[in-house]
Amino acid sequence: MAFQNLSSRLQETMRKLRGKGRLSEKDVDGILREIRLALLEADVNYKVVKDFIAHVKERATGHEVLSSLTPGQQVVRIVNEELTQLMGGSQAKLNLSSKPPSVVMMVGLQGAGKTTTGGKLARMLKAQGHRPLLVACDIYRPAAIKQLQVLGEQIEIPVFSMGEQNPVDIAKAAYAHAQRHNNDVVLIDTAGRLHVDAELMEELVQIKEAVDPADILLVVDAMTGQDAVNVAQSFNEQLELGGVVLTKLDGDARGGAALSVKAVTGKPIKYVGISEKMDGLEPFHPDRMASRILGMGDMLTLIEKAVSAVDEEKAEKIAAKLREAEFTLEDFQDQLSQMKSMGPIDQLIGMIPGMNARQLQGLEVDDSHLKKIEAIIQSMTPEERRRPEIIGGSRRKRIAQGSGTRVQDVNRLLKQFSQTKQMLKQLSGSQGSPRGRRKKGMFSLFQ
Amino acid sequence: MVFWKRMFGEEKKQEQEKEKEQGFFQKLVQGLEKTKQGFVDKVDGIMTGRKVDEELFEELEEALIQADCGLPTAIFLVDQLRERARSERITESEELKSVLVEEITALLERNAAPLKTPEEKPYVIMVVGVNGAGKTTTIGKLAYRFKQEKAKVLLAAGDTFRAGAIEQLTVWANRIGVELVSHAAGSDPAAVAYDAVNAAKARGSDVLVLDTAGRLQTKVNLMNELAKVHRVVQRELGRDLDEILLVVDATTGQNALSQAKMFQEAVPLSGIALTKLDGTAKGGIVLALANELNLAVKLVGVGEQYEDLQDFDASAFAKALFGQSRENA
Ligand SMILES: Nc1nc2c(ncn2[C@@H]2O[C@H](COP(=O)(O)OP(=O)(O)OP(=O)(O)O)[C@@H](O)[C@H]2O)c(=O)[nH]1
Ligand SMILES: [Mg+2]
Repeated sequence: MAFQNLSSRLQETMRKLRGKGRLSEKDVDGILREIRLALLEADVNYKVVKDFIAHVKERATGHEVLSSLTPGQQVVRIVNEELTQLMGGSQAKLNLSSKPPSVVMMVGLQGAGKTTTGGKLARMLKAQGHRPLLVACDIYRPAAIKQLQVLGEQIEIPVFSMGEQNPVDIAKAAYAHAQRHNNDVVLIDTAGRLHVDAELMEELVQIKEAVDPADILLVVDAMTGQDAVNVAQSFNEQLELGGVVLTKLDGDARGGAALSVKAVTGKPIKYVGISEKMDGLEPFHPDRMASRILGMGDMLTLIEKAVSAVDEEKAEKIAAKLREAEFTLEDFQDQLSQMKSMGPIDQLIGMIPGMNARQLQGLEVDDSHLKKIEAIIQSMTPEERRRPEIIGGSRRKRIAQGSGTRVQDVNRLLKQFSQTKQMLKQLSGSQGSPRGRRKKGMFSLFQ
Repeated sequence: MVFWKRMFGEEKKQEQEKEKEQGFFQKLVQGLEKTKQGFVDKVDGIMTGRKVDEELFEELEEALIQADCGLPTAIFLVDQLRERARSERITESEELKSVLVEEITALLERNAAPLKTPEEKPYVIMVVGVNGAGKTTTIGKLAYRFKQEKAKVLLAAGDTFRAGAIEQLTVWANRIGVELVSHAAGSDPAAVAYDAVNAAKARGSDVLVLDTAGRLQTKVNLMNELAKVHRVVQRELGRDLDEILLVVDATTGQNALSQAKMFQEAVPLSGIALTKLDGTAKGGIVLALANELNLAVKLVGVGEQYEDLQDFDASAFAKALFGQSRENA
């Protein structure tokens, strides 16, 4: 396709920015431009994207980012945070009324997945100890009632139907039926309809008035494009939705509609559909959805990994040493082992923005290369590790022999180390936060 | 038989197309007029009484994106416009508008072709697409059209997976009064296809339309299953199918590109049937499909009734996008 994924595009952008120390507003714009493309590619509504980018920009040009030593990651992190928040920081539950039976209506466009979702939800509720009743109110699509009946049989949940009578009457009768049969949740499957079909929208309003639902769920196909906002807005205006279900997420749709729908209705996304089978319904995770929409799960995972795997205390010590420019090969050794605990090194570095495959090859940063570095450091005396400047020609020979490497390898490591240290010294003079400094220290040795 | 005559009889064809365009256009305009802040008014607003400048191009790009054209295609179209505005010294927005309609029409007509002319009985159409796109309904509408043309139609209930799918197609077949081949729910769709082709041959059907289960294009085993069904049809037929239509919901965004690409890898698509154009979605994704994958639209669904199926007309579609009324179109 015409688009590369966001991770690789961002890598490109950030590569250009690397070594700049700080980002100008223009640099931030560059990153945001990539984010904007990613959001549009994911089908987030154009206007929603515009507002979102403006909002992120405000935050991203603040001190927090510009003074950071990993500003690229910072911007991405902010985008991720904001996206997650926009989609509803925490999980929202299905609304049930205190006085059963609770009525839940499934509404949406044709082909969105209402009937299937209704079945899945009934199954989930049953597993939680409820006694749901499914109600067939789609009297229009051929065999829609039959579809619900077959599903009901599969999941062993009763289905209430009255043929092709008026859906409002069916809903009312179903409610009475539920009362008599002790069903505490009534799930109404309604016919798919266009949000601009006044007559059919009125039918939904009447059902709502007749049975006073505790929740009304708009079922939205994850593949929906720009029109999602019009659809969601109309349904919400006419019915006052309680929440949204996003279906067909088991495909490769990035699901930008989730963001659009949330943005225009303010209503939480409560569930996602992830398979055609009846067990394919999950609670919605805003953070996962944010990564998916951005198309960059990998990098966010890396950021998380890096943060959690690094021992905070050790990191602080290193940071303190950096400030005094006392960083030694021993500390370096520590960092190496921490990095190893995060997973295969080449894969890890591949996920870091600013590192591209070409550079990686030149660096030969594979596990064996890392092992070499470790072996070299291990062959040094503690004194040598603390004060590498004392390592002269004969010591280098000894270290090479002891570690099974060549003198050139030892030379190269020492040179890289002193360069890095030099750089760290300069950086520690700047206003960067210890956190940012730490990360830079960790990765820059491989550059 | 009228069906065959229509396919060959040029005079009749033109007449019918004129009627169809009118119906198609009206439905489209109706759909497009339903939304107040739609693309139509938007573009009309942008394109009325203005000087041609960079701001105008940017707003146009924006409007195209909002119609689901996708960024690459929006940029492609606007670049084309910029180029023509420069070389043809276009300074008024109204003039630019007709150039835009021209460009969109040209793009949509690049690989356009009507449904293939029947050469041999049975004329075989297979209908594929993701879940809920409108496959079964489109098949009902096609059956109705062929039946109107006095063709002997046979439908095959190839969706043996989704609950109620066989019954759904059965209802359509009974309503329209055409024949149907079906197996029990959960049976092998390739076996249904096998029986259907042989039944069509034995009964002397003019047309065979095969339904298939909706499937997401990323499900490898389901795509393999589809490829197998196709192979069986081809083998039993002793030749290629006449049409393999990918049904795309007009509401779909950029994922339609992935759909088209991956369905194309499983079976040789011959075109697109674009459904649900009676809503407010503009179906701009077909511009991206034409631009990036050279796939043309053949049919358009504009409602849930039998008669709500139209042959695709690129210029009518392009004009309808911009809200020009029929009279001055
Ligand atoms: N408004 C409108 N609705 C349509 C159109 N085409 C199909 N539909 C509706 O969309 C819904 C799904 O259509 P189906 O034909 O069952 O779709 P499908 O692709 O066969 O679905 P699966 O077999 O479940 O994958 C039904 O409610 C149809 O009535 C159209 O052109 N306009
Ligand atoms: Mg179907």
